[in-house]
Amino acid sequence: MIWLTGVSHAFPALLAQIQAGMPTSLPQGADYMRILPEIVLSVFGMLIMVVDPLLDPDKSHQSLGSIALVGALAALASTAWMAQYPGTAFWNMVRVEAFSVFFHFLVIAIAAVAILSSFEYLQVQRIRAGEYYALILFGTVGMCLMSSAIELVLIFIALEISSISTYVLAGFRRRDAASSESSLKYFLLGSFATAFFLYGVAMMFGATGSTNVDAISLVLRSGNVPMLAYVATALMFVGLGFKVASAPFHVWTPDVYEGAPAPVVGLMSTGPKAAAFAVLLRVMFEANAPGRFWLIWVSAALSMTLGNLGALVQDNVKRLLAYSSIAHAGYLLVAFAAQPELGTSAAMFYTAAYAAMNVGAFAVVSHFANAGEKYVSLEDYAGLGRRSPVLAATLTFFLMSLIGIPITGGFFAKFYVLSAALKSGLVGLSIILVLNSAIAAYYYLRIIVMMYMREGRGEVPVTRVPAATAIAITVCILLTLYLGVLPGRVLDFATQSARQLVSDPTVVSPSSLTLVLKR
Amino acid sequence: MESLSPIILTLVTFIPAAGGLLILLIPRRDRDIKLFALVVSILAFVASLHLPVHMHRELGTFKFEIDKVWITTPNIHYHMGIDGISVWLVVLTTFLTPLCVLISWTSIHERVKEFFILLLILETALIGVFTSLDLFLFYFFYEATLIPMALLIGMYGHGRKVYAAVKFFLFTMIGSMFMLAAIIWLYAKTGSFDFAIIQSAIHNGAVPGFEAASFWLFLGFFVAFAVKVPIFPLHTWLPDAHVEAPTAGSVLLAGVLLKMGTYGLIRFNVGLFPEQARRNAPWIMVLALIGIIYGALVSLVQPNMKKLIAYSSVSHLGFVVLGIFSFTTAGLNGAVFVMLAHGVATGGLFMLAGILYERRHTYEISEFGGLATTMPKYATFFLVTVLASVGLPLMSGFIGEFLVLSGAFQAKPIYGILAATGVIWSAGYLLWMYQRVFFGKVTHDVNLTLPDLNMREKVALSPIAIAALVMGVAPLIWLSAIDPAVQAALGLTQLASKVVGQ
Repeated sequence: MIWLTGVSHAFPALLAQIQAGMPTSLPQGADYMRILPEIVLSVFGMLIMVVDPLLDPDKSHQSLGSIALVGALAALASTAWMAQYPGTAFWNMVRVEAFSVFFHFLVIAIAAVAILSSFEYLQVQRIRAGEYYALILFGTVGMCLMSSAIELVLIFIALEISSISTYVLAGFRRRDAASSESSLKYFLLGSFATAFFLYGVAMMFGATGSTNVDAISLVLRSGNVPMLAYVATALMFVGLGFKVASAPFHVWTPDVYEGAPAPVVGLMSTGPKAAAFAVLLRVMFEANAPGRFWLIWVSAALSMTLGNLGALVQDNVKRLLAYSSIAHAGYLLVAFAAQPELGTSAAMFYTAAYAAMNVGAFAVVSHFANAGEKYVSLEDYAGLGRRSPVLAATLTFFLMSLIGIPITGGFFAKFYVLSAALKSGLVGLSIILVLNSAIAAYYYLRIIVMMYMREGRGEVPVTRVPAATAIAITVCILLTLYLGVLPGRVLDFATQSARQLVSDPTVVSPSSLTLVLKR
Repeated sequence: MESLSPIILTLVTFIPAAGGLLILLIPRRDRDIKLFALVVSILAFVASLHLPVHMHRELGTFKFEIDKVWITTPNIHYHMGIDGISVWLVVLTTFLTPLCVLISWTSIHERVKEFFILLLILETALIGVFTSLDLFLFYFFYEATLIPMALLIGMYGHGRKVYAAVKFFLFTMIGSMFMLAAIIWLYAKTGSFDFAIIQSAIHNGAVPGFEAASFWLFLGFFVAFAVKVPIFPLHTWLPDAHVEAPTAGSVLLAGVLLKMGTYGLIRFNVGLFPEQARRNAPWIMVLALIGIIYGALVSLVQPNMKKLIAYSSVSHLGFVVLGIFSFTTAGLNGAVFVMLAHGVATGGLFMLAGILYERRHTYEISEFGGLATTMPKYATFFLVTVLASVGLPLMSGFIGEFLVLSGAFQAKPIYGILAATGVIWSAGYLLWMYQRVFFGKVTHDVNLTLPDLNMREKVALSPIAIAALVMGVAPLIWLSAIDPAVQAALGLTQLASKVVGQ
């Protein structure tokens, strides 16, 4: 088998398949059930591509958007179905468990709300709808797969699927130079970062002899951890740190968020991020990556501080929210430094709460931005409280949640992270978190102050909120409120899946075990 | 009426907010909105009177308790209850709010709907602070007071209103972050947010690592409350907030919001950490003394009437803190009584200042003079309130300050002596202000034509004057409920002091 080991360095995934016994077993029906949401999303994405040329481009917004929405809702329903089939599929490539079901729900729901809030936006900005919706759906496929893949190479492929879609989506305001800049910047830096991730995967394979998360975990838990595994952890963290916009890999965020279409920012600041955090949870906790503590500690502290300090001086609301998202990535990373089980559940809850409030905030911002995204500076929000009380109150609510005022999801998110950190004895990081939350209150407050306490200039138009946007915003409000008033159920679910995730991988399929033993 | 007992606190707490939400549905006819807000706030007041009337004043426990599970993980309960200390603060809140509605009748003329919604939501949050017995619930209401108050200042204030609103928000927010950290620490170690459970766990030494952490926990709570009280040197937000706030905002800010701080000190700092409270009493009492004297001296030189009243609050609240940390029955009884008396008298002074502002659009003392001849009724109400505030015997201010001083004497004579000078100062600055505004010749011709109080203003001010008198003549009505609660609180600290061996 020596030659096989040699080849395996070149084709780790392929080899894993061969040795996992692919020739002997074909995929079963249950295997397909375990990727049902992905299949549904892909089918609807292709359907949109097929239907698009047949429709009048000026009138296709509504119908294509509706197809995309139906696709997302069908995928949501099929996630519930998928949840009935826990277990691994396709020779240990994906696994359906509470953890992946949680992130499937989250990511698809984010996509659905983003689609809803795009209805009006595309019309106002005169953007062709076909590719746009198809790309959102394809990107969602990637994100879903990221959360259920337990094979590093598949994770990489899923990461690329979701990233490439977002690269393109970021550049959709073609007539605007800022958007093209945003797309190009995101693409160049993003591919660079994913290369790091891939490098990390290769090193991890070198160190442990497998690309399967369970198998890696078994090796890393067994005691003697090779030096290479530390390097691998660091490299993978670079790649994923870029995706979640944590410092010091955050520099792209403000520029990209400023240039990208507002609903896309709502999507990409939550969806791919949630998926990347899911991967990070798998790599760090399930695979038990060595040497992660200080890596995360430093990155969390830096993200919180740099994000918040950067946000203090912003005059563009999209940039401000970009810096705020860096800070929130930092809060979330605090959970990663805590004990695995506590940290995982806190991080899962945080991604959900952050998604609800941030997508909502961006839905308001994208409605308000108007044609060509003219009105995105802080000055434009002056007097909004008087001219559009409902919209202003809505945005205020989301900002309150981002600050972390009680009875909003944002409060409990921060609360769980903080209590996980304190229970794990991370006093230093907790203090940094508390101080940062206090700083953060100031810049969110600036928007509220603008809306309510300054007189508007009057030239900024306030248009009626169309039904689709209204539904999107209402869903976000209800979810934020639900997570803030009755967080129990979601947290219980997160705790349960966290327990599954971090428990010792006693049941590992024999094939990947043999691969380990053969080395 | 006994059947009401389990739900009465919920009713009292949420009637105003429910009214506020109903206002959302009323069309924007200002008169209807004002009337509705008035009715709701009076309804809340009447409902709150049920509490002292039906309260059994025996020693110890909380009354009208309601304890329901709200969230299972974390273990958060909807736990409410009041004792002799909080009951009067609830009534004070519901007493002042209708007066705030009346005093804002004409001074608020735009965005009227939002104003009264915010005011009523603020009332609910304030009552909630005094009734919650679950630390989480308490924190929720404590934070919830912040937003409506900041918006009231920022939207309806004058001058540098935005600066004042943001400063107010940030000071309080940053302070309460430390309290949140302390609360979460307690939760992490005891698995409960319930005040009574945590209290007995600490008391029985069942909290691991408490010895090492207790000072920091004490400090976490203390910083949050010290900002609110405000204790010198954390008071700098107060003059700004007061001067720029609309009248109703000032009344509730001085009347009730500041008491959240002193109430928190009694309930949590003394109630949960009796031993630390005793250990740290010396420097806290020194800060309180600095506050008393510093506040008084700054008041003395203020050219702005509202700022003068604001700094006088710093001085008066210093008495409360001094009384609390004297750890004597008299001192604590006095502290609670001063809280109530200050709420009534200073609330009244802010209303009176607001009435003058409506007529002249200035708070500068030098702009007035000789008003007693043109506005005799106004001058009378002002005099009654000023006398109540300076602590004339048989007025509301006297008995409380007297008790605090006697408590401070028992604790350390020099503290009593220094604090007593504060009483003299306060007579000085308030009476001097009264003299400059009301006596002498009318110096500005505009002031000759100022109309005296109208019916609405008289209706708004009379309850203040009556309360100031009754509290001075028959303080036992209040003290009979306060005393058992204070004894219970002191019992805890005495037990602790025996343990410490002091």
